Amino acid sequence: MNYLLAFLFGGVICAIGQVILDKSKLTQADLMVILVIFGSLASALGLYKPLVDMFGAGASAPVSNFGHVLTQGVIEGYQENGFFGVLQGGMAKAAAVLGASIIFGFFAGLLFRPKG
Amino acid sequence: MLKERESPQAKRYARLVEQEKPRVSLGFNILRAFLVGGSICLVGETIKTYLISYGMSVETAGIWMSISLIFLSALLTGLGVYDEIARFGGAGSAIPITGFANSIVAPAMEFRSEGAILGLAARMFVIAGPVIVYGLISATVFGLIRSVLL
Repeated sequence: MNYLLAFLFGGVICAIGQVILDKSKLTQADLMVILVIFGSLASALGLYKPLVDMFGAGASAPVSNFGHVLTQGVIEGYQENGFFGVLQGGMAKAAAVLGASIIFGFFAGLLFRPKG
Repeated sequence: MLKERESPQAKRYARLVEQEKPRVSLGFNILRAFLVGGSICLVGETIKTYLISYGMSVETAGIWMSISLIFLSALLTGLGVYDEIARFGGAGSAIPITGFANSIVAPAMEFRSEGAILGLAARMFVIAGPVIVYGLISATVFGLIRSVLL
């Protein structure tokens, strides 16, 4: 059941994204930025965590989850360390994912050659 | 406001491009995005469930799931497979975190020939950079409003 919910919710987000891409002049990069901002807003309103609880990876695999993680980091950082926590919390919470992206990205760029 | 002046030739060319564009029905594009995006999330859910079954906490498993998807995407992008997935899946391959990783790896590979610093390293962030910038700015603004006002 969890698998089905993850598949359906993730699929629906991507389908909506495809409609936006096809019906507007937005690029995929625009779409990713918009989703991250939406994820952040939904997170601050307390709406994103219920989605993750309900749909699992369907809500946490899309890039909007990046906005959610950053926002939760800022909110938790403020509670623990005040304004220092606001500056530190977001990136701290996303550090593993950002680190992995940069490290894997670098070595993949170094090891592989583009086709054609 | 400066308005770009179009010559008659440019207009004719634009019309020609519009006519020659391959017509793919919107419905089919949506279905493909749904299937590819859903499948990537399904892979993520499978990884997460597996990790939780080995006693990992839900939150840590979620982070490892993201890292695993990023690793897989970097590998598949390197092998040229993710390009094929992207051609088929459109937004379905861009929206999951794998699309974020792909947006880092693909230009890193392509622009490596322009050097290690301004080629590979700088170009890694051509899309990831804006995502990080606007992500952090919106998180700070919305998070701060939420923290201070509510």
